[in-house]
Amino acid sequence: MRHHLILRVITKLLVGTIVLFAFYVQFHGDFSPGGGFQAGVIMAVAFIIYGIVFGLEKVQQVFPPWLVHKMLALGVLIYAATGIVSLFGGMHYLDYGVFSPHHPEHGQHWGILIVEFGVGVTVTGVMVAVYYAFASRPPRMSDEEW
Amino acid sequence: MITALAVVRVTSLFATAMFSGVFSLLSAVLFVGLDAVDVAFTEAAVGAGISTVLVLGTLALTSRHEKPSKASPVVPLFVVLVTGAALVYGTMDMPNIGSDTSPAQTHVSPDYLERSVHEIGVPNVVTAILASYRGYDTLGETAVVFTAGIGVLLLISGLRRRREDDNESEEEGGTS
Repeated sequence: MRHHLILRVITKLLVGTIVLFAFYVQFHGDFSPGGGFQAGVIMAVAFIIYGIVFGLEKVQQVFPPWLVHKMLALGVLIYAATGIVSLFGGMHYLDYGVFSPHHPEHGQHWGILIVEFGVGVTVTGVMVAVYYAFASRPPRMSDEEW
Repeated sequence: MITALAVVRVTSLFATAMFSGVFSLLSAVLFVGLDAVDVAFTEAAVGAGISTVLVLGTLALTSRHEKPSKASPVVPLFVVLVTGAALVYGTMDMPNIGSDTSPAQTHVSPDYLERSVHEIGVPNVVTAILASYRGYDTLGETAVVFTAGIGVLLLISGLRRRREDDNESEEEGGTS
């Protein structure tokens, strides 16, 4: 894709916007449509489009595979740990009221934010990891065949 | 509908991948029409975006054209037609779209709609149900996504490493 100037310029413009939109979907998910799953996918798309246009090595410099693999597990751990925190606070597992005992509503808000963040981290990790896994295999077709 | 037929008819796998992306995007529009914005969002992002890219990535590893199948199409066509007819027959009993007496409107959803405002304080009820009332389910879903990712990594990365090992052992065998 080295010779596609338009694609490269547009991608450079778009990647930042896509990441920003992913964060919006992630943290605004309790007011508007969206949430961890969608935000994770959008975030992954930003890295994938960068990888498609600029090559796998470039994107892996920004977002190395070991970090992606850690993120897979980290998201689930954030989610599960939230539940354990509420256990220590004397509430049921995943009862977010614990984060703000006097205002359970605010606690719910915090809980949902943290949990959705965990979901987003895992989904980003999985999508990027799957893309890396496919893209890092040697292709049987050359670019011209498309 | 036309897109779905095109997916089936076209033999160039590249066009098939693109048509299924278009089909996903059209179903996302359908979901918006049904007021299921969260579902439409997911469909557009996952169905039209990521899975098209992944299918193309797989396509780069295999050949570009579908092999012509030798099996007779009669039996699969019969099964599909019977299943489709059964599904259409099933929709006869469904309430009209937006009917306020349908089970979806009368069973638990009014309860959630009333309670979530003062119990959760989050305007998007879908998020409130997903992350709070159904927190266990979402934890399970995240674990499923995690497991699926690990599975793909093990299958694909593991294969590659083994093949490299094979090449090395062959080279060793050749030189000795």
